[in-house]
Amino acid sequence: MTRVFANFLMGLILLGAATAGGVAQAQNGPLRIEITEGVIEPLPFAVPDFVAETPGSNQISKDISRVIAEDLSGTGLFREIPAQAHISTITNFASPVQFADWKAINAQALITGGVSVSGNQLEVKFRVWDVFAGQELGNGLRFKGTTDGWRRMAHKVADAVYSRITGEGGYFDSRVVFVSETGPKNDRKKRLGIMDYDGANLQYLTDSSAIVLAPRFSPTGKEVLYTSYETGFPQVYLMDVASVRRKVMSDEVGTMSFAPRFSPDGKSVVMSVTEGGNTDLYRMDVASGQRTRLTNGPAIETAPSFSPDGTRIVFESDRSGSQQLYVMAASGGEATRISSGQGRYGTPVWSPRGDLIAFTKQNKGRFHIGVMRTDGSEERLLTASFLDEGPTWAPNGRVIMFTRETRGADGVSALYSVDVSGRNLKRVRMNGGGSDPSWSPLQ
Amino acid sequence: MRHVTKAALLVAGLTLAACANSDLYSGTDGPGSQSGATAGSVDDPTSIAHFQQVVGDRVLFAVDQSTLSDEGRLTVLAQANWLLDNPEYTAVVEGHADEQGTREYNLALGARRASAVRQLLVAQGVSANRIRTVSYGKERPIELCSAESCYAQNRRAVTVLAAGATG
Repeated sequence: MTRVFANFLMGLILLGAATAGGVAQAQNGPLRIEITEGVIEPLPFAVPDFVAETPGSNQISKDISRVIAEDLSGTGLFREIPAQAHISTITNFASPVQFADWKAINAQALITGGVSVSGNQLEVKFRVWDVFAGQELGNGLRFKGTTDGWRRMAHKVADAVYSRITGEGGYFDSRVVFVSETGPKNDRKKRLGIMDYDGANLQYLTDSSAIVLAPRFSPTGKEVLYTSYETGFPQVYLMDVASVRRKVMSDEVGTMSFAPRFSPDGKSVVMSVTEGGNTDLYRMDVASGQRTRLTNGPAIETAPSFSPDGTRIVFESDRSGSQQLYVMAASGGEATRISSGQGRYGTPVWSPRGDLIAFTKQNKGRFHIGVMRTDGSEERLLTASFLDEGPTWAPNGRVIMFTRETRGADGVSALYSVDVSGRNLKRVRMNGGGSDPSWSPLQ
Repeated sequence: MRHVTKAALLVAGLTLAACANSDLYSGTDGPGSQSGATAGSVDDPTSIAHFQQVVGDRVLFAVDQSTLSDEGRLTVLAQANWLLDNPEYTAVVEGHADEQGTREYNLALGARRASAVRQLLVAQGVSANRIRTVSYGKERPIELCSAESCYAQNRRAVTVLAAGATG
């Protein structure tokens, strides 16, 4: 197994405020996207290739600039003005910006940067400009790391730009653990894969000798819970991502365990355990292995997910006769049903912001990914297809990734993402099929 | 008309089940691999092949249900008799679901189906420690189309034999 995490030291230094290249009044108000306002028209921006400040750093400078542009454009909130349209070029990071040249091509935001390489050491600095205000947005930043982590550095720059313009946290410097799928439906090979959020740097954590299902990141992103059939029976395992060492979490003979998820403090795991055909929720203390039963009844209780403050758990149950969503205290006890629309609801996941619950809905032969408030109100369906399921939240709670499977004997699974307003639906760029994504926290 | 349709489906079901038997031996993982057990001849009433094809190794379920149908119940009763006559075998009952459902729910549903078969086997006198259950949810379909004709075959519980000492 190769090293999974790029091992580099990342420094972050605030650059002094730049002197504005000219004095101009803000014409369109401050440079800002309010995500909640339902942005239809993406904000035009320009990322001229970052200035290569050392010999031999030309290619990496271009590559970094491209990843930044792809991150921002990929949100659907920004639109890149391509280099062919640029009037100015940036040849010196310290030189004053010619705002008129960027205004002329309607670039509202301009990102300039410089890259230097010394041995395997990489330094990236950048500034964000509000072109129409003729001033810098925030302060310049400088990141230091190693060359093999260049994509992460680019993601960090893009996160900072996104954050300054939207006022929200970013999500580009994050990873996704998922189930990689190959082969036909009746002989599908499944193995755990991990990759950057944009599909780059894919690596495998298991081979395909046993079925694996539904990996879930720990709050630090360093460990993964998942279900494996390696003993012939589905059981929950905990894997350290860096070393790929794993241990079984629940190995009681005659029971199945699945659908695990960490508590926000990482100290306990909630999961489903099936005994005698009946599936209930249990909470397990990670350190001691001690197990507490949270539900007790003949219904199916599964797919639990903690609220970000750790006090509550949302889960699905068919106690009413069909799959519906319920919320209970993290210690168990009385549960309140929150889903009330037509159809069946499953796989609820609490947003990291705490405001919404994402879910899978099955209605009239179609599957949907949707969101609702935590009391079940304001249900909104974001997608519709033959089979959509298993949402996971981006670290900033603004984007959802999920599994979409196509119909028929040749049906395949792939990962898709959509933003919480239902826009910007797209397939995650990656080789081969995939399912059951889990999005890491920001790194 | 209804009877005709049902009969046609039954025949189709048997044919498909027979064709699908090979999948029980091809797996490299899970209890379905049955290392050391050979199917033998259908004509030998103590053979696995006889159990699969004459007694019937699987029962089918209605959408979202885990209650045995009358027909399924008869199959399980025959399985119980066979197991009582052939005490050298243990069995794993594998529960499955069709693809119309979320992964976790289907795992739990498959467990219910496997358990329904196990409970009846045990009620008929088969020793409880000879029968284990496992659910594959929607992970192991045998029929691939996205239509009820395939889903009906995939909503199943299969009693998979293993030769050897009691587990």
